[in-house]
Amino acid sequence: MKSFRFAHKIFAVVLLGGISATASAQMMINGAGATFPYPIYSKWFDEYAKVDPSVRFNYQSIGSGGGQKQILAQTVDFGASDGPMSDENLSKAPGKLLHIPTVAGADVVAYNLAGNPALKFDPDTIAGIFLGQIKKWNDPKITALNSGVTLPDQEIVVVHRSDGSGTTYIWTDYLSKISPEWKTKVGTNTSVNWPTGIGGKGNEGVAGQIKQTPGALGYVELIYAIQNKMSFGEVKNSAGNFAKPSIESITAALATADIPDDFRFSITNAPGPDAYPIAGATWLLVYEQQKDAAKGKKLVEFLKWAAKDGEKMAKDLQYAPMPESLRQRVLKRIEEIKI
Amino acid sequence: MNGTTGRAIAALEPQTARHAMAPPSRFGDKAFEWLTLAMALAVVVLVILLGWELWGGSSLAIRKFGFHFLTTSTWDPVAEQFGALSFIYGTLISSLIALLIAVPLSIATAAYLTELAPLWIRQPLVSLIEMLAAIPSVILGLWGIFVMIPWLRDYPFPLLKRLFGWTPFFTGPIYGTSMLAGGIIIAIMILPIITSVSREILRSVPNLQREAAYALGATRWEATRIAVLSYAKKGLFGAVILGLGRALGETMAVTMVIGNTPQIAASLFKPGYTLASVIANEFTEATTDMYLQALFEIGLVLFGTTILANLLAQLLLQTMSTTSTTRAVQ
Repeated sequence: MKSFRFAHKIFAVVLLGGISATASAQMMINGAGATFPYPIYSKWFDEYAKVDPSVRFNYQSIGSGGGQKQILAQTVDFGASDGPMSDENLSKAPGKLLHIPTVAGADVVAYNLAGNPALKFDPDTIAGIFLGQIKKWNDPKITALNSGVTLPDQEIVVVHRSDGSGTTYIWTDYLSKISPEWKTKVGTNTSVNWPTGIGGKGNEGVAGQIKQTPGALGYVELIYAIQNKMSFGEVKNSAGNFAKPSIESITAALATADIPDDFRFSITNAPGPDAYPIAGATWLLVYEQQKDAAKGKKLVEFLKWAAKDGEKMAKDLQYAPMPESLRQRVLKRIEEIKI
Repeated sequence: MNGTTGRAIAALEPQTARHAMAPPSRFGDKAFEWLTLAMALAVVVLVILLGWELWGGSSLAIRKFGFHFLTTSTWDPVAEQFGALSFIYGTLISSLIALLIAVPLSIATAAYLTELAPLWIRQPLVSLIEMLAAIPSVILGLWGIFVMIPWLRDYPFPLLKRLFGWTPFFTGPIYGTSMLAGGIIIAIMILPIITSVSREILRSVPNLQREAAYALGATRWEATRIAVLSYAKKGLFGAVILGLGRALGETMAVTMVIGNTPQIAASLFKPGYTLASVIANEFTEATTDMYLQALFEIGLVLFGTTILANLLAQLLLQTMSTTSTTRAVQ
């Protein structure tokens, strides 16, 4: 009996293509993609098993690029991505693909300076540092923003991500918006041709590099900076206020950003007075027309649950939940999925 | 020699068979031959398939960039301009540094272990070296970031700069993460394999060699140098090639300490980038076709570099062994 059930499971795994689901007792819904939201997604899947024991989720955090590729090839039931899909990639989809935003996070400007002073940055200084034009900590542009802090005559060692990542996408998206020079010279992507700096692999690589190098400055995810007790600065937003990166200021960015109907939005440099400017959302990718009725029904039920109850778990894991207005729009979109 | 024995047995067999009750079946022999042939061919097929797959996966990029892919060093995923030169340079230089450090260390260790070390210390030392090989690459990388890099930055690097700052190789600011640090971590990773293989080779040097050298009045050093190391030269070279193969493909630990900056700089204190690292770094998030294809082509280039390096090494080995035989004859 036991081995029979085991064989059954293997059978289900063999059919990982997922489209031709068998009527097995426990349905397996497969997803793949972004690594940034992996902690909260796995928490959701865990909690959802208690809500509906008849479905199981299998999520592979292989990166946004992989998630987009797999949902396009229909080898998974849903994809996940830290950046919205490009028009080019969307045109390859066999059906209409929906972007369902789930949670948001932020990149912080982390640094390593003796005495851990609290620093403030504005768009000009950040772009200048990453373009390699501001080279020293006591550059007048930095000192002007931080009166009262004595900054050393020390070289700024710029650290960036070397691996392709959603974190870099948010960072370069922000720089492209605030600096025309960056936009033409470098641009926005999950990895770019950096004008300066050294590359660390992953958040842990960048954090390690910053912590080990006096005078280093780089960007890491907010959660990561908090967990590693790193110093990070406030950033001047487009309303002219200095915003501290926090769950509240990220949600404020989500609430004030201009969000189009297809949900392919960017919340960097959002206009709100309290918005933290270097923030970004993460999305689930699902087909509007579900192929498998039974599976599609379960998937829609889960998405609704995630938007209603799942969102409440976001804060505990240091993710910013969607503001109410956006949440309602997302719920409406989920209703439109055809089974 | 094997061939001759085989033929000798084959020649004997019909006679024995005629005298025996029934001809013994040679099916087992044949089957074994086919089986081993199939296994050997499988490796060849695998290599060819791998090359074919990489070629196919990068066809778009090959068509678009052509030979420029190998001669330019711009790597810009946004503008989709791809050139692999700085990665090729990084791979070769970091491997070279690794070999320069690891080869003398490994061969000296192997010589000590087989020729000089007291018996009681040999086994513990061998176990220790083999343990080094068991450390996962990513752990070594983390150790590299948190322990090795700060230490290198504070002590050996400034010393190198003071002593050799007049050469172009040790100039510029010291960040710690650098081509040199990458080379050093690869050296640590290839030490165990070169040492173990070298030790096996030195152990297989017949004792007759050593005894002959001593009989001629050689000192211990002379006996080791002339009778053992020189005799085993070919094998040791093979060990080095094995190490080189490892070095070229090393990924994780190198990625964490080399600085991942695609540039060609003379100074070893400057960060670099390797072929394997860029694949590991960017493959998961490459969303456009051309980007992915360029990464495939990087894989193809790495594949080619490894084969080329091995071929060159074989060639070198051959010229080396022919010159040494001629010298021996003379």
